[in-house]
Amino acid sequence: MNWYLTDNAAASVRLEDIPEVGYAEFYDDLSARLADGRYHVAHYFALPADDRLRFYCLLLDDAESKVLLASHSLEYYEETALPSLTALHPSLHPFERDIAERYGVRFDGMPWPKPLRFPHDRYDRSSTMDDYPFYTMKGGSLHEVNVGPIHAGIIEPGAFRFLCNGEEVLHLEIALGYQHRGVEALLAATGNRLRQMCLAEAVAGDSAVAHATALAEAIEKLSGRGCPPELACERTVALELERMAMQIADTGALSMDVGYQLGQVACEALRTMTINTTQAWCGNRFGKGLIRPGGTDHPLTAEKVRMIRENVREIARRYDEVRRDIKSSPSLLARFEECGAVPREEMQRIGGVGQAARASGLARDLRTTHPWPSYAGPRPHDPVIKRQGDVMARLMVRCREVLQSAEIIGKLLAEYDAAGTRPSPDYAAPLAPRSLSFGLVEGWRGETCHVAITDAEGGLAAVRIKDPSLHNWLALALAVRGEGISDFPICNKSFNLSYCGHDL
Amino acid sequence: MMTALNTLFLLLVALAVPGVINRVRARLAGRRGIRFLQHLYDLRLRLRKGAVYSRTTTALFRTAPSVYLGAAIVAALMIPVGDLRPLLAFEGDVVCLAYVLALGRFALILAAMDTGSAFEGMGASREALYGALVEPALMLAAGTLALATGCTSFARMFDPAALPGTQFAVVLLLLTYVLVKIVITESGRVPVDDPRTHLELTMIHEVMCLDYCGVDLAMIQLAGWLKTALFSLLAADTLAATCCLHWWAAAPLAVALTGISVGVVESTQARNKLARNTTYILTVAALAALAFFTGYLLRLNIGLA
Repeated sequence: MNWYLTDNAAASVRLEDIPEVGYAEFYDDLSARLADGRYHVAHYFALPADDRLRFYCLLLDDAESKVLLASHSLEYYEETALPSLTALHPSLHPFERDIAERYGVRFDGMPWPKPLRFPHDRYDRSSTMDDYPFYTMKGGSLHEVNVGPIHAGIIEPGAFRFLCNGEEVLHLEIALGYQHRGVEALLAATGNRLRQMCLAEAVAGDSAVAHATALAEAIEKLSGRGCPPELACERTVALELERMAMQIADTGALSMDVGYQLGQVACEALRTMTINTTQAWCGNRFGKGLIRPGGTDHPLTAEKVRMIRENVREIARRYDEVRRDIKSSPSLLARFEECGAVPREEMQRIGGVGQAARASGLARDLRTTHPWPSYAGPRPHDPVIKRQGDVMARLMVRCREVLQSAEIIGKLLAEYDAAGTRPSPDYAAPLAPRSLSFGLVEGWRGETCHVAITDAEGGLAAVRIKDPSLHNWLALALAVRGEGISDFPICNKSFNLSYCGHDL
Repeated sequence: MMTALNTLFLLLVALAVPGVINRVRARLAGRRGIRFLQHLYDLRLRLRKGAVYSRTTTALFRTAPSVYLGAAIVAALMIPVGDLRPLLAFEGDVVCLAYVLALGRFALILAAMDTGSAFEGMGASREALYGALVEPALMLAAGTLALATGCTSFARMFDPAALPGTQFAVVLLLLTYVLVKIVITESGRVPVDDPRTHLELTMIHEVMCLDYCGVDLAMIQLAGWLKTALFSLLAADTLAATCCLHWWAAAPLAVALTGISVGVVESTQARNKLARNTTYILTVAALAALAFFTGYLLRLNIGLA
């Protein structure tokens, strides 16, 4: 089959250049390719175009660092059911569920035909959150425990239903959608580029930099403007700072959940120090306002560079002590080891991405395989990989990544030229009409993907966003199978997935 | 006079222990910590509040806090502080104490089931299991004391006149250790339970009380403090019995033993995996059995000599 070959650094693609094939051919070719571990789907979505529904697929080839594009289409009112690819490759389930939910497209043999996020403009308005079709099991010794959608503490809403045999979890079903805000529709509805960037930052508050970078990348590719090396360096520093902050925060949260107070307070202090560093740079602790297309409002000065380098060095030093403490505490190891394991094969089948996938031995890191134009870190990047796939492995990946990020920031800033050119943001650059471009960025949680499509006038016609949580929620459900229900919280924290990133 | 003083000290220990635990934990975490008496202000706040009851609950749910608190009060009144005399003392109160506490627990478990909530049912099942497991440890510890002194009433066991000889010191030390572990288990602290957690799925005691608020919650909390104080005092009395069994030694010792050991453990250690609690509590029971047999052998030796 004919795919359009491009990569993460190439310019935008004209829509008519993307080959359109019949579904049967698409089905055969994609399922054959996905059987090979080097490929995985970054995004697969449908868009109404004239009187048709056109399906676009972005396939990543990790071995060759290529991005493959193809499409197929359906008459808008055509009622034929398409054979489901999810039946062969479960990793496609969120994409097919999304398409089915939005446009009423039927997928034959779909093993998980359930709503994904209840978007405002869904096809079937009678499908509501209140009648989500949970799985049930019957048996004298079984019981159901429903947690949520409103949770204790300050976390986001999401409904979890456990089917348990005593303390043992047989199955966990996660129903999301409570955080749906219609971000994609808002992005396409406004022509104001600044507002679009602010929306991208709000897709998932803890990944503001990753999402903003992904959209900025997509827009820069459409406008054909390059990115000067100093700007690339600043963006990478911001992204790695975000990674450090979140991985440290999660180390603290895991400590809290097992009642280990010293680890918790140490990590909370270090996380504050990290986000305060970002605040001292750009005025916002989460890096909002930092990433803008074509330039920056907060160029680094020599003083700020020194401040960041000193803070990061200190954070890394103190965090390393916490890491050693955790690794040498038997009571913590007893909690984290051999708990919530997801083997590599399962992670591969469900299409896990990011640090959770790396903890299961799946080397998926866009910094290594598909570096984006404004990525200034070491090339090739050396991903942190663990094999066990348990809570401890995910924690250790976090620990190593904090230290690795500190190292990257240190190296980048050592060579940084604070006198270099960093243009102001350009909100008015014309975009290529009738084109598709994408931004693929490895956020702290994993693969973050924004696909932008322009109309004939060069305005954004549609943006499709994928947060890594979309894939990894299923990994959480698999992780707790067979575990005690009381170990769910630490399994959950070890993934720390985003509700709003999933719900959009 | 002595019994009034005894009751007063008992109450003081009960009210001081939570404050000490908080203070120790805060200091170890490098913080100043909340006011020492904050838990009392919280209690006052709860006592002023009304209660909200779920429509699915019955009278069982409403009476349980009173039964629980009543049981804790009766049990606590049997405990002497050092050489002072408790209000309630009779032969066999050792056994009575265990079952009065079990009655309180039983009432709370029934109330938790009464709500029909999946969480509370889970908590009730856990509380029942660990309550049953800790009972042998408690009975063996009390039995050892009875063996060493030849009495079956706490008041007479800790009578300075009836103290066992110095050869029992090692048994008493081991018993102190066992009793401190029982304090941790019974008052639901790390590593068995975590009273600070917000995660319902991991809770044991707290999850049973999720539906309580206001006065009811205050009663349950007060009962919890009394239970902690009662076991702490038992541990402190046992330790004091090895050297100087006086109220001025036993009362501060009780506060320090529990306050510091719980504070330190909660700061530096993680909670057990829930399934491991069984092993943990059975180990405590095994240690109690060891103390019992050592005491028995010592007793036999004396008889021969």
